[in-house]
Amino acid sequence: MDTHHKILLLDDDPDLLEMYREILEQLPSQPEIHTAASGARAMALLEAHPFRLLITDLKMPKMDGLQVLSIVRRKYPLLRTVVLTSVADENFRSRVYALGVDLFWQKPATENEIKMFRECVESLMDRNEDSGFRGVQSKSLVDIIQLECISHSSSVLRITNGPLSGKIWIDSGELVDAETDDTRGEDAFLKILAWRAGSFETLPGEATRARTIFKSYNALLLETAQLLDEAASNNDGDGSRPATRGIPAVAQMDGVEFVLTTKGPGKENFEARGLENPERVEAWTRQTLERFRTLGERLQAGPLEQIEALGPQRHVALAQPGETALCVGWRAVLSGDEVRERMKKVVTIWAS
Amino acid sequence: MGFLNLFSKPAPAIAGLPSGCFTVDRTGRVVVATIPSSFPATTVQEIGRHVLDTFREAQVAQLPLAELAIHFGSLKITARELRGGAIIFLAPKNPISPTQ
Repeated sequence: MDTHHKILLLDDDPDLLEMYREILEQLPSQPEIHTAASGARAMALLEAHPFRLLITDLKMPKMDGLQVLSIVRRKYPLLRTVVLTSVADENFRSRVYALGVDLFWQKPATENEIKMFRECVESLMDRNEDSGFRGVQSKSLVDIIQLECISHSSSVLRITNGPLSGKIWIDSGELVDAETDDTRGEDAFLKILAWRAGSFETLPGEATRARTIFKSYNALLLETAQLLDEAASNNDGDGSRPATRGIPAVAQMDGVEFVLTTKGPGKENFEARGLENPERVEAWTRQTLERFRTLGERLQAGPLEQIEALGPQRHVALAQPGETALCVGWRAVLSGDEVRERMKKVVTIWAS
Repeated sequence: MGFLNLFSKPAPAIAGLPSGCFTVDRTGRVVVATIPSSFPATTVQEIGRHVLDTFREAQVAQLPLAELAIHFGSLKITARELRGGAIIFLAPKNPISPTQ
C-alpha cells in the first residue's frame, strides 16, 4: 500500500515549481510531489487525487492564490495549506490566515530558511487532525476516562470543544459527577462524550463533590457507546435521554424555536423541525448563504462564517459547516450576541 | 546562491477591505456613503442589492427581519432595514481583537 503523502505545488512560474519540487523531494517522508501552473489545473488535480498538502503562490493570472484557497477551504476542509509569498505585510498575512491557511511563509531566501521551510512542511504533514484530544493525541475521551478510572485516580477532567465546555469528576476511580452548560449527571456525561475532539486538562480531585452518577464507569461507557451508535444511525431514541447529535440535539437547545438543514434544492434534501413553511425558509437559507459566500469570495474577505438575522418575532442564524446548511430560529428575547454565541455551539454540536 | 533570486517576484496586489457605511433606498440606489472612493462603487451597490434581496426574501418566507450581521473571516457586514431601504456598515476584522 502506498503510504507516501501527496503534495500539490501551485505556481505559474515553471522554474519555481521545479525549485520547490527539488526542495520538497528531500523531505524525510518522501512525499509524492505534483505540480500545477494554474489555479484551474490545481482544482482538477485536487478533484482527482487525495492530496495531503497544497502549497500555493498568491500572484497568478486568472485564478489567483486567494481565490484557490477560498474554494479549497470549502471543498477540501481537511487539506493542509501553505502560502508562499514575497509579501511581508501583516494585514495581508492576517487576511491569508483568515482563509484558514495553516502556514504563511515568506519565500525562503537563504539556505537556513529553506531548511526551516522543509522542517515546517514535514511537521505539518505529520500532524494528525482527524480526531482526538490535544495532549493525548489519537485517544478518545472514553480512553482517557478509562485510564483515569483504572488507575483509581481522583481528578476533575475539564473538557473544551470550541464554545462548549464540560467537567467530569472522578473520585478514587469512580465517576462521581459531570456537568455541561445546562445539564448535570449522566445526561451531561453523555453530552460530553458525544464530542469527538477538543482539548482537556486534568485538575485536582474534589472529594466533596456531591455524587450524581451511581453507575460504574464500565456500565456508563457501554450505555454511552450504544446511545452514540443510535445517534449515528439517525435514531432519535426513546426520548428518555437528551439527543447528542443532529437536529434533535439542536432542537432541544435553550432558545431554539426551529431547526432546518438543507443539502440542496428538493424536498428530499432538507429536514426541518418546528416550521410551518419549511420550503420557503429552505429556499431563503440556500439563497442567502450562496449570495454572501459568493460575495465573500469576490471581496476575498475570508470564509463566510455565520449570518445572524434579527427580527421582531424571532431571530434566525445561518451557517454551513460542511455540505449541510443550517438555519436555526431563536426566540426574539435573545440579544444578537447571544444568538451569535449559541449558533457557534450549534455548529460545534453539528460538526460532532 | 544566485539561484535563490528565482524566488523574488513582484508583490501581489490586494484590494483593501472597505471600512465605513452607506445607505441604499428601496430601489438599491446608494444614497449616501462614507466608504473610501478607492473602493469600487459597483461593489458597494452589489452589497446593497444583496442585503435588500435578503430582507425581501425573508419577508416572503414569513421571517420579517430588521437587522443582519454577516461574518466573514476578515470582514463583518451589518445591515439595518430602513423603510424598505437599508443602512449598511462594513468593518474589517482586526486580527488581534476581532470585531464581534
